[in-house]
Amino acid sequence: MNVMTEMKTEVAVGDRVVHKQFPAISRHQLALYCGASGDHNPIHVDIDFAKASGFPDVFTHGMLVMGYLGQALSDAFAPSRIRAFSTRFAAITQLGAELTCEGTVAEIFEAGGERRARLALTTRDQNGEIKLAGEAVVAL
Amino acid sequence: MVDQSAVGHRFTPVTAHVEPGRLRYFLDTLGERNPVYRDAAAARTDGFAAIPVPPTYLFCLEMLDNEKPFEFLTALDIDLGRVLHGEQSFVYHTPVVVGDTLTFSPRVTSVTDKKGGALTLIVVETAVTNQNGVHVADTARTVVVRNG
Repeated sequence: MNVMTEMKTEVAVGDRVVHKQFPAISRHQLALYCGASGDHNPIHVDIDFAKASGFPDVFTHGMLVMGYLGQALSDAFAPSRIRAFSTRFAAITQLGAELTCEGTVAEIFEAGGERRARLALTTRDQNGEIKLAGEAVVAL
Repeated sequence: MVDQSAVGHRFTPVTAHVEPGRLRYFLDTLGERNPVYRDAAAARTDGFAAIPVPPTYLFCLEMLDNEKPFEFLTALDIDLGRVLHGEQSFVYHTPVVVGDTLTFSPRVTSVTDKKGGALTLIVVETAVTNQNGVHVADTARTVVVRNG
């Protein structure tokens, strides 16, 4: 059991337990994620296709942004503690977005024979616009 | 336009392998340095039999090993350029680790029109089992189709 996991077992409603910032999203990263994820939708990497589909430019895979949020989550709670994870994709994440992922404790409850916390999660860009809003359930 | 007749539609099950090299490519792309995903000893310390996958990686596995990753679009006659990802959820029952072979069984569970038909929301739920027949996870994605 690592130190970080121990730290996060004592939490209270309202605590900000997840917080991580990520570098600006580049075209290169979208190309890498296309291959790494198996999501080959050209709308994320081919500007001609994106424009023909009515968008000014390519844009970030929602699942890349959720991947960042998942990274922030499992920095705070060991993967063995994560029971559920969900998000709504509130807005398209543009190139150059510098994302901040945060999570606060919304509820502490008992289920499955263990104490669990429900976390309210957000991912915002450098302008404070919410890109993802979601939640996770973790075992305490 | 997709209508209620799509509800209940099942897509071809996908068999996917959790391969260490492909997982590292994913980790490198996201700048993920957490040792639990890279070091078998760290994974064992956290109680895993082998290196676990990150929280969203099931979504990738289903596409990586899918012979027809956009089958749900072609089957429902939806243009790839008109879809957005609306929501995504994962419920984890049992750890998924490197070396596992997973089976994904997706089905359409709802179709809802929004904004007077300008948008259609399609929910696809997927049960995931491993090589031992253990039900390891359930995922759900909401696909938003921009009509017209």
